Parts: sequence; structure tokens; C-alpha cells
Amino acid sequence: MAVRVQCEDFDLGFEMAVLRAESTNIGALVSFSGLVRDDMGDLQTLELEHYPSMTTKALAEIEAEACRRWNLNATLIIHRYGSLKPGEQIMMVAVASRHRKVAFEAADFLMDFLKSRAPFWKKETGIGGAEWVDAKEDDEAFLKRW
Amino acid sequence: MGLLFEILAVLAGAKNVKLEVVYFAWVRERIGVPRETVQTEAETVAALVTELRAREDRYDLVFSDVSVVRVALDQTLSDFDAPLDGVSEVAFFPPMTGG
Repeated sequence: MAVRVQCEDFDLGFEMAVLRAESTNIGALVSFSGLVRDDMGDLQTLELEHYPSMTTKALAEIEAEACRRWNLNATLIIHRYGSLKPGEQIMMVAVASRHRKVAFEAADFLMDFLKSRAPFWKKETGIGGAEWVDAKEDDEAFLKRW
Repeated sequence: MGLLFEILAVLAGAKNVKLEVVYFAWVRERIGVPRETVQTEAETVAALVTELRAREDRYDLVFSDVSVVRVALDQTLSDFDAPLDGVSEVAFFPPMTGG
């Protein structure tokens, strides 16, 4: 069970290998990584601002809730902040459990809560100027699934 | 003068509290500072917002539609009806976009 908030990039393969090595009782390892997407081909940077004294606490609470709901062997959340380029990794979650369905569900849960309960804000700078990314209306509705 | 004023305020029974107020994303940009100390008599977040709006246009503008503003009290997501009793840091920001 770990939460890391960092500016630097991470190695998804390495992190998965670390989780896999933790125990031989793991039958399923699910990961998700979010990337900086450039839809129109004009994105220069994505600036990720966060609320340092709240971020780690909020992520740890989300992770703890997942661990209360499912029987998990291990979880990992890494979320970056700072200035990122198109194609870069923004964050990852990984869930290790004995069986597949639990790992998929818990990863899905973590992502839904990260979207609208982790104190991050994204600002896109492109050729035409800079703009804050609005939260999607669906994001809040997705929380009600759980 | 400041101290005298504070003593008088206490004698008069007015609740006068210092709060750290922090702002993020477009809320921070429109207020113009990332954080400030606010002297307030407000007992709830909503009352604090009313006080701020009365101060200057930039606050009035940011808080003109609170449906697009979220609030956290001491780093925990809260709401506008929440009391400020015992709170030391209030944060205002747009809906979060993590992930």
C-alpha cells in the first residue's frame, strides 16, 4: 500500500515488477496509467498544479477505502505534478489481488475517486494560449456507482 | 493600534479569528495571490465568502457562482455550510481534475 506524489517520471514496468515480487499469493495484477493526450496536435505543455498538504492525505484515504472494500494484496498510486509534455505519463494505479475481477474493480474505483477527489488541476498550454481543463460532469456521477 | 483594536474587539465580544486562506488553479489566478491571512468574524464558510465578496471585485467575481468552486477545511473536502470553528486553513479551488 503506497502513495507517491512526485515531479519526476516513473517506470511502470519496474513498479509492476516490484509489486509482483512482494508475494507469490498474487494471481492478478492490474495497472492503469494516464497520459498527456494531445487531441488537436497543438498542445505544448500540460501544467499540473496540486495542493501539497492535502494531496498525499486525499490519495491515502482513497487507497484505504479501496482496501476496506476489497481484499487486496497490494496497491500503488503514483501521481505527478509540474510541467508535462504530450505523451508523458501523468499517473498510475496498480492493484494486486488473488483474482482478476477484484483487481479490475478496485483499480476502476481508485481511478473514479482520483478523478474528482484528488486535489489536482490541469492547465493546457497550446499555440492558441492557455486554458484550465474543466472537470467533466460525468466525473462526479461516476462516484455514485460505488 | 492593532493590539488596542484586538483588545477592544475581545471586550466587545466580537469573534475575530485569523485564517489562512489558500487558492488554487483559476481561483488563485483571479484572486491574484496563492494564499493570504484573513481576519474574520465569519462562523461558516458561506459567511466568509460573503465577507470576501464585500471586500473587492476580484473576490465578488470568483464567488459569484459557488457551484463551480469547492472548499476544503484543514485539507479535507468540505462544503459552504460548514462551520469554521477550530479551522486554521481554508482552501478554495475549482472541481478537481486528477488522474
